[in-house]
Amino acid sequence: MEELVIYLVIIATLLGAFGGAGVLVWFERRLLGFWQDRPGPNRVGPFGIGLAVADIIKLFAKDDWIPPFADRFIFTFAPTAVVMAMLMGFAVVPYSKELYVTDLNIGLLFFLGMTSLAVYSVLLGGLSSNNKYALFGGLRAAAQMVSYEVFMGLSLMGVVMLSGSFSLVDIVNTQAENVWFIISQPLGFFVFLIAGIAESHRLPFDLPEAEHEIVAGFHTEYSSMKFGMFMLGEYLGLILISSMIATIFFGGWLGPDFLPAPFWFLGKTFAFICFFILLRAGIPRPRYDQLMSFGWKVMLPLTLVNLLVTGAVVLWM
Amino acid sequence: MKSVILAIWSQLVTLYQVLLHTFTPFDTVQYPEQMPVLPPRYRGRIILTRDPDGNERCVACNLCAAVCPADCIALQKTEDEHGRWYPEFFRINFSRCVMCGMCEEACPTYSIQLTPDFEMCEYDRQNLVYEKEHLLIAGQGKYPGYSFYNVSGKSIKDKDKGEALNEAAPTDVRSLLP
Amino acid sequence: MPTIKVDGQELEVKEGVNLLDALLSAGIDVPYFCWHPSMGSIGACRQCAVIQYADEEDTRGRIVMSCMTPVTDNAVFSVDAENAATFRDSVIENLMLNHPHDCPVCEEGGECHLQDMTVMAGHRNRQYEGKKTTYPNQYLGPFIGHEMNRCISCYRCVRYYRDYSGGHDLSAFASRSRVFFGRAADGVLENEFAGNLVEVCPTGVFTDKTLSKHYTRKWDLQSAPTVCQGCSLGCNTYTSERYGEIRRVHNRYHQDVNGYFLCDRGRFGAGFVASSKRIPQSGIRNDQGLYDAVSLDTAITKIQAIISEGTKVVGIGSARASLESNFALRQFVGQENFCNGMTEIDQEMHGIIIDVLQSKLTTPSLTEVEEYDAVLILGEDVTNHAPRLALSVRQATRNLASEMAGNTQIPQWHDAAVRVLAQNHRSPLIVVTPTEDRLDEVASSSMRLMPRDIAELGYALAEEIAGNTTSSTPDVEAIARTLLEAKKPLVISGSSSQSPDILKAAVNLSLALKDRNDRAGIFLCANECNSVGVAMIDNERSISELLSTSPSVVVVLENDLSIRLGQQFSSSISSVNNLIAIDHLDNSTTSASSVVLPAATFAEAEGTLVNSEGRAQRSMAVYKAQDEIKAGYHLIDALAGNERSSTEVRSELSEQIPALAGILKAAPESDFRFEGAKFPRMTHRSSGRTAMRADISVHEPKQPVDEESALSFSMEGNQQQAPASLRAYTWSPGWNSNQSVHKFQSEVGGEYVGGDSGYLLFRESVDIEPFSKSTQAYSALIPRYHIFGSDELSAESEELSTLIPRPYLRINNTTAKNLKVEQGDGLMCTINNGNLQFAVIVDEAIPDNTFVYPIIPETRGMNGISSTDFSRVDDWVQDMDPLSPKTITTDRSS
Repeated sequence: MEELVIYLVIIATLLGAFGGAGVLVWFERRLLGFWQDRPGPNRVGPFGIGLAVADIIKLFAKDDWIPPFADRFIFTFAPTAVVMAMLMGFAVVPYSKELYVTDLNIGLLFFLGMTSLAVYSVLLGGLSSNNKYALFGGLRAAAQMVSYEVFMGLSLMGVVMLSGSFSLVDIVNTQAENVWFIISQPLGFFVFLIAGIAESHRLPFDLPEAEHEIVAGFHTEYSSMKFGMFMLGEYLGLILISSMIATIFFGGWLGPDFLPAPFWFLGKTFAFICFFILLRAGIPRPRYDQLMSFGWKVMLPLTLVNLLVTGAVVLWM
Repeated sequence: MKSVILAIWSQLVTLYQVLLHTFTPFDTVQYPEQMPVLPPRYRGRIILTRDPDGNERCVACNLCAAVCPADCIALQKTEDEHGRWYPEFFRINFSRCVMCGMCEEACPTYSIQLTPDFEMCEYDRQNLVYEKEHLLIAGQGKYPGYSFYNVSGKSIKDKDKGEALNEAAPTDVRSLLP
Repeated sequence: MPTIKVDGQELEVKEGVNLLDALLSAGIDVPYFCWHPSMGSIGACRQCAVIQYADEEDTRGRIVMSCMTPVTDNAVFSVDAENAATFRDSVIENLMLNHPHDCPVCEEGGECHLQDMTVMAGHRNRQYEGKKTTYPNQYLGPFIGHEMNRCISCYRCVRYYRDYSGGHDLSAFASRSRVFFGRAADGVLENEFAGNLVEVCPTGVFTDKTLSKHYTRKWDLQSAPTVCQGCSLGCNTYTSERYGEIRRVHNRYHQDVNGYFLCDRGRFGAGFVASSKRIPQSGIRNDQGLYDAVSLDTAITKIQAIISEGTKVVGIGSARASLESNFALRQFVGQENFCNGMTEIDQEMHGIIIDVLQSKLTTPSLTEVEEYDAVLILGEDVTNHAPRLALSVRQATRNLASEMAGNTQIPQWHDAAVRVLAQNHRSPLIVVTPTEDRLDEVASSSMRLMPRDIAELGYALAEEIAGNTTSSTPDVEAIARTLLEAKKPLVISGSSSQSPDILKAAVNLSLALKDRNDRAGIFLCANECNSVGVAMIDNERSISELLSTSPSVVVVLENDLSIRLGQQFSSSISSVNNLIAIDHLDNSTTSASSVVLPAATFAEAEGTLVNSEGRAQRSMAVYKAQDEIKAGYHLIDALAGNERSSTEVRSELSEQIPALAGILKAAPESDFRFEGAKFPRMTHRSSGRTAMRADISVHEPKQPVDEESALSFSMEGNQQQAPASLRAYTWSPGWNSNQSVHKFQSEVGGEYVGGDSGYLLFRESVDIEPFSKSTQAYSALIPRYHIFGSDELSAESEELSTLIPRPYLRINNTTAKNLKVEQGDGLMCTINNGNLQFAVIVDEAIPDNTFVYPIIPETRGMNGISSTDFSRVDDWVQDMDPLSPKTITTDRSS
């Protein structure tokens, strides 16, 4: 019985993640449209929701072209890696006290590990394309993701110290007992939020694919569903990071009882997805060197201060 | 430090301002259900106009072709038996045209004009190649009343030397008067 | 070298030039109109005003005209000073008072010196509100259009037309603001160099009618550096094209050849490229004697089959085909089966010309001709046979004027002063020709002698100058004295006399002169644009000699044998089973051939020519010919199963014929690049690329690739940095007109930066012996050349053909009486089975029983006609003077 639940959750997660990513493509454009005083895509189906399907059909129908100068195997493998890594990350996300795929006692580390794997996808994609813009994009992605991973992990250590566990279920439970970590770890939240954007290379930190400078960065040479998988990976990452923020800092499934616990979780995740889209609508892209120096010179010290203070507080209390 | 805080504050204000736009009405027009109101000087389909006498205004000076950034205008000068220059053919390849309006700016005779008509899609690109008979209209377009030959020194049918604007009668070379 | 200071900048300038010349040479832009590098200064337009300061301390200075100011050491000037700039601005404002609002409908627009100078001087708004003066226009012939309203009265046209080129029928009329430049009455401009008015006029008063007919702005023309095919002088031209059609020919400056000017044959004679006689496709003659249009491959296969059946294949080259084509043919048929396509007389004459070029005798360039202070013309009709040389000879007669100016401290560039000083004093020019000559009017003495007598005179002069005789006639003594007194005497002769004896006499005379005066020179005009070149390839067998070896297949390259063989044409080729003609225009030879291949003209194929002075020059293709039309050497290579680029043909040519090795230096080869880029044929402003062919297909094809040369059929590349032989047009920022050429010269009127194009092949001096005296009886028929019509190709140009004289015979009264005709009657003879009628002109200077006939398209087969062949035409109606143009239409705007 319990296994059946787990299988159901897995299937629901997969469907939810894929479906969510697909709908997000439309939703993001619609939302951006609103914020730019225009309706956005509103032609296919009611409210234009059919565009999500149309886009997917289009991606599948396009010419799947591998450039003759590319490294075929790696070129094909790269986009699958990001999707796999991101999907693995969902394994540790708890939807409610009982509803999760698995509750690893190193859940947080597993999540960090999986998001780190995504860097291979981008780097290999850029490298195997054998194109200078793709290479620039890949290198930028590698440097950016490796740097921001450092304090992404460190920023969560305050939470771990306070909850005494790497398990995400435990972390939420700790929040149920005390306050949400957004209250006790504001600095950690701030750093994680920014590192999360950088990690999923969403705007404004989408330097690996900065189209004004390097065409389309690491996926310049990609077309059809291979490009689609990069796109999918990006939206999966967006959902994953949002759900992580919701889980770690905003009490996950916690909320008043008039709604079932998973809805609270989904609602909070959705709110953060909207927030990410707002960031995209409002904030311009920094320069690459600004991004790196901001990471190492501001974020890292902040994280360390956060750790120090949290540690001290934990010791004193 | 102050600048860092100001910068962060500025970003937050930006986000807030953008968020406020959730509640503002759309600026866009839902074409084709709703037709846009286009000003007369909108840069759409290009036409060739006629002067007040009903003659082609174009004198085939080639300035529009020279200024065209897409190089999509080609024409050939010819002249009638009275010396009036006009284009033998005048071709615009609208599949290349970017509707920039430079041709209209360059035109010394107000012949070439852009109109508010922008609905000119075709399934076959070849149909976007407009020849003179497709471009030439019967009227004067946006700038009524102007006729280039009435200000130029060249004589044409019904306008001899000295009959243009601000011109003295032709000189009698053989006159001995001072 | 004086040093002057201009706006604080120290300039080293050439001694004896005027300030304008010096400033332009130094790259400083000063607007000007009336000054011209070849015509000097008169200070008429007041446009080139600058400020001259007394010394460094002077702050006020005074306005001077830079074209009238000599450069002196330590002089201080300012071009940019506000006073000068304001002055120039108001001068051009005044010049523009009556200038009509015409630019869009003016042929000069886009390459107008007036436009450039107006922008340079900064004039924008016409403040004067009075009325503009207008003028009626005139009909000036089929070449030149007249739109007098546009005149700014700079006087350049009349200075060029009357003073420089010696015309009489263009003048300034009336006075003050009514000054009119034109003819006394409508009519064709008489001067042979009238076409240069188009380039000399700084605005659009004189425009090129042949261009206006299918007008294209300068920026839209695709051009290439070409060499004129009209005569043997090899003037440099820019030939321009659009929509696959030749639009115009413009002068391409070359310091040593044509300078700034062309003759009208060269300028208006390229229309044959679009002639209705053009052969567009290969043809195979069918049983009915008509030609079936076939693809090139079919024709080649057919010819290869004919050749494989044949026993002996011979090739006849041509003096109007490039070296490359002639050489490819010689390789194809083998050296012993090749002849260069000239008549025996031509071969003998060109043998002499090559001997002279190789010898220690000095052959001057056209520019150097202008420096000789005594010229003797022996039997050559310079104006009609090698027209541009006549213009140089006219300048040579001004050497006395420069000498007089030098004696009175007047600078040479002070044109008006020098001419007023000299009045009618001219350096001696002695013209000895069979009929009256255009140069007679500037000659110190003219003699009318028949060819044999001219040769006699030449031999006698040689004897007299060498001092071997005491019994000379007074004429001979006088001429000899003139030549010996001169600092630099020059003997001009050439092939137009069709008398090798005259050439020999001229050589003997020059050798004798050379012994007395080392600066003496000789200029022998060759016959056609590449006569010297083909004679250098092979000058051994004549056509009749080659045809008498009973060949089974004859390949004729760009040559009309009916001209060379005359009356023998039909009989000579009747025994040939298979005549294969490679040519661009339909003629008697192509009509007699079994297979015709379409050859590219100079406008479509690259080729090297050698001119009269032994200068090898490369002419570049202007546009890519249609698929079926190919360069002569490519067609011959296709017959041989070869595929070579022109570069490869040339490198083999230079290896096999060492005398011609220098042609490789005539121009850079196809692999030449500037910073990796080729050189553009189109201007950077070229327009209409995506619309020109859109009526055929909206999908633009790739630009054709030029594999033959370092030029490209596009606007890509660097025109400003192109070497002279690869510069396809002349343009410099702010200088859209042809006046921009000074930006590419090392100094105004000097050689191009980086060297001129072409290469002089003869650089050694071999001793030659005087020829033994031979005076063959001259033929009773004496050909007379005409600038329009005598050249085979240019005569097919539409406008030019209207000026070709109609057939005439010049005979004296006695001859006329014998034939029972008088002035204005008609004579006829039978040429190649057709009757040809001539108008009779009675001329007493012609000996008995001698006929002077014009070389025009109708009379090309006259070779071999004798005096007894003429008979009276009974029903002859004379309608007009045969020498006057066939058609005079009144201009619509006059």
